[in-house]
Amino acid sequence: MATAVTAVPDKQVDLTEELGRELDRIRSEVVAARGADDARYIRTVITVQRGLETGGRLALAVSVLPPAWLAGTAMLTTAKILENMELGHNILHGQWDWMGDPAIHSTTWEWDFLSPADAWKRTHNHLHHTYTNVVGRDRDLGYTILRMSPEQPWYPVHLLQPLYNALLAPVFEWGIAAYDLEADTVAAGRKSVRSFLGDLAGLARKTVRQLAKDYVLFPLLAGPSAVPCLLGNLTANALRNVWAHTIIFCGHFPGDVQTFSEEQIDGETRGQWYLRQIQGSANIEGSPLFHVLTGNLSHQIEHHVFPDLPSNRYAEVAPQVRELCARHGLPYVTGPLHQQYASMWGRVLRHALP
Amino acid sequence: MSWAGRTGVRITGWTGERLLAAASRLTAPLTSPSTPDDYLGLLDPLLSARHPAGRVTAVRAEGPAAATLEIRPGRGWARHRAGQYLPVGVEIDGVRHWRTYSITSPPDAAGAPITITVKADPRGRVSPHLVHRTAPGTVLRLGPPQGEFTLPEPPPTRLLFVTAGSGITPVMGILRTLARRSPPAPDVVLLHSAPDPHQCLFHAELADLAARLPGLRLQLTYTRTDGRLTPDRIAGLCPDWRQRDAWVCGPAGLLTAVEGYWTAAGLRHRLRMERFRLTPVRPAGAEDTGGRVRFARTGTETDVPASATLLGSGETAGVVMPYGCRMGICHGCLVPLLDGQVRDLRTGEVHGEPGELIQTCVNGATGPLVLDL
Ligand SMILES: Cc1cc2nc3c(=O)[nH]c(=O)nc-3n(C[C@H](O)[C@H](O)[C@H](O)COP(=O)(O)OP(=O)(O)OC[C@H]3O[C@@H](n4cnc5c(N)ncnc54)[C@H](O)[C@@H]3O)c2cc1C
Ligand code: FES
Repeated sequence: MATAVTAVPDKQVDLTEELGRELDRIRSEVVAARGADDARYIRTVITVQRGLETGGRLALAVSVLPPAWLAGTAMLTTAKILENMELGHNILHGQWDWMGDPAIHSTTWEWDFLSPADAWKRTHNHLHHTYTNVVGRDRDLGYTILRMSPEQPWYPVHLLQPLYNALLAPVFEWGIAAYDLEADTVAAGRKSVRSFLGDLAGLARKTVRQLAKDYVLFPLLAGPSAVPCLLGNLTANALRNVWAHTIIFCGHFPGDVQTFSEEQIDGETRGQWYLRQIQGSANIEGSPLFHVLTGNLSHQIEHHVFPDLPSNRYAEVAPQVRELCARHGLPYVTGPLHQQYASMWGRVLRHALP
Repeated sequence: MSWAGRTGVRITGWTGERLLAAASRLTAPLTSPSTPDDYLGLLDPLLSARHPAGRVTAVRAEGPAAATLEIRPGRGWARHRAGQYLPVGVEIDGVRHWRTYSITSPPDAAGAPITITVKADPRGRVSPHLVHRTAPGTVLRLGPPQGEFTLPEPPPTRLLFVTAGSGITPVMGILRTLARRSPPAPDVVLLHSAPDPHQCLFHAELADLAARLPGLRLQLTYTRTDGRLTPDRIAGLCPDWRQRDAWVCGPAGLLTAVEGYWTAAGLRHRLRMERFRLTPVRPAGAEDTGGRVRFARTGTETDVPASATLLGSGETAGVVMPYGCRMGICHGCLVPLLDGQVRDLRTGEVHGEPGELIQTCVNGATGPLVLDL
């Protein structure tokens, strides 16, 4: 299914390198243009997010009243989604490091998600973004438990993958946390037991803080509203998890997205890397508000091509990337959420069978 | 500006700070993984203790190319000593730049405004912005006050200050401090060199101080008519210089000459100097090509030109670098070297072995190197 990325005629190689140069040019234009407006954008998102979180917590403190429960849960869910995607994911990518603000920086940011930022940065920024959709290298390809391409070996347990994919969604952060421990690489001898135990301790410490806040402290402070407050927090976390799972899976696994073999990326040039990023991702169409709520991961193709450009700039480069793809005869997988969602599920079901 | 800035929420004084700190500790588990400080900083940047800030309350022009900025520091600001300087973080086009400025106001109670006086370097990035494009209300980030160009307590009985150009600023802080004392300054000589009377910073105030303080002898010299200050002229204008503790601040040329003169007289220990700019002793030669620097933890890579510091280049590349004085004194900028070698921009010396702590503010690259940051 993958187009041959290596064994291609010279003319094709030239075209690929031209594609690389054009994408480099788009990138440097954005780098030169980013400035005060971008800084204002990210600070506004932070202010809105913290405002929503404060509002949600306050409303849930009196959530014996059903309208307060609804409003509180809605605000907290929105806050957690913004915090996880437009803020956490993108800041940890270093998209805002250029501002030199230590409060909005990939080296100092910690997110409201189980997996500690450091562990996630290693598996995500380095392994996934470098080896996108390379079977055997990109552990994100099915998060090691799902079979998402015919090149991955089939085991009978995969018959159950539609079930556990559905079960994974509401507890996605636990799945990611476990995945970031990389137990499979310890078993394979690629990660030392010592560093595994260190990661485990780090995760345990963070888990205690995360659970204490949402399931002990805020409910206790809510007094008579303790139970509805706890349920509101649980709902907000679960909805955030389902949303993140949906957006991420729709960005990588709709039916037409390609996978690659390790041989194909041997000696890969910058142009070929770009080509693989484009062919390994899928966009989701929607309104500006929808894009913000997905952390602009609805522009998954642009994100994979330019992982460290500020997310608010993806919308403006998307038409240029799309036009480039059209000119080079490359697929540019995009569609509305329901279509990508159905297509993603189609793939989960198809590869459940040998 | 935030609403708190407009309505002027002020948490000052010992009790206020203590209460806020206690409240922050108590609520920390609720805001995890953020901190209460992050929320306070949204209400008003001046409430943040982790990233101290100040608000410009007044800007006064000092001639056509300089200005005094009055800044009210927020939480987390420590009282300074006369003669010290502070790092100032200025946001220009969304990017924060750090420069150091001498504090020209005398030390006051916590929360009282401080002043800095900035001369615009027409080719510089930050100083013209501070002088010409900074309005009252602007928030600046503040680093801790530092530096040893200060007055010992009690002050020596006979003092000599030699300054040139904007080098008058730290001495102005010291003079204003001495002027408030009773009895005021004991026996002070100030030799100050400026291009001409119009471009002489604090011209009127200096004359006024000299008239008010019997112990202060002021000698202004102008380079347009008198030429530059040299050690020989200093000795001519202040014949008893050997009997005085000396503070000298000005261009590198003046400092180097004065240091040689005092050392030759065996009086180096009575001399204090402040440098405003790092001047490579050995200019970048043909063999100094700079190099590519990789920051191991962040994964960032950047090319560092021959005469650039690792600190500045790292910051430009978006790495949060530790720093203090930015001029090779405080060792607040130490970063372990993992691989490669560095060049000391002051001496030209090439050094560095794996694990060595590198002062990034005064070292540049020689060939590829890796820093543990
Ligand atoms: C301890 C201390 C105290 C200080 N106190 C004061 C004070 O009280 N008042 C004051 O006005 N200043 C003071 N300074 C100096 C101040 O920190 C700044 O260095 C000064 O304001 C210039 O900053 P800038 O951003 O405008 O210039 P920069 O942008 O830093 O440029 C400085 C100079 O280098 C040149 N330059 C920059 N980049 C290049 C390049 N690539 N190639 C060639 N040339 C280049 C510029 O043309 C300019 O002339 C102090 C410095 C120190 C270390
Ligand atoms: S910052 Fe002070 S020595 Fe480098």
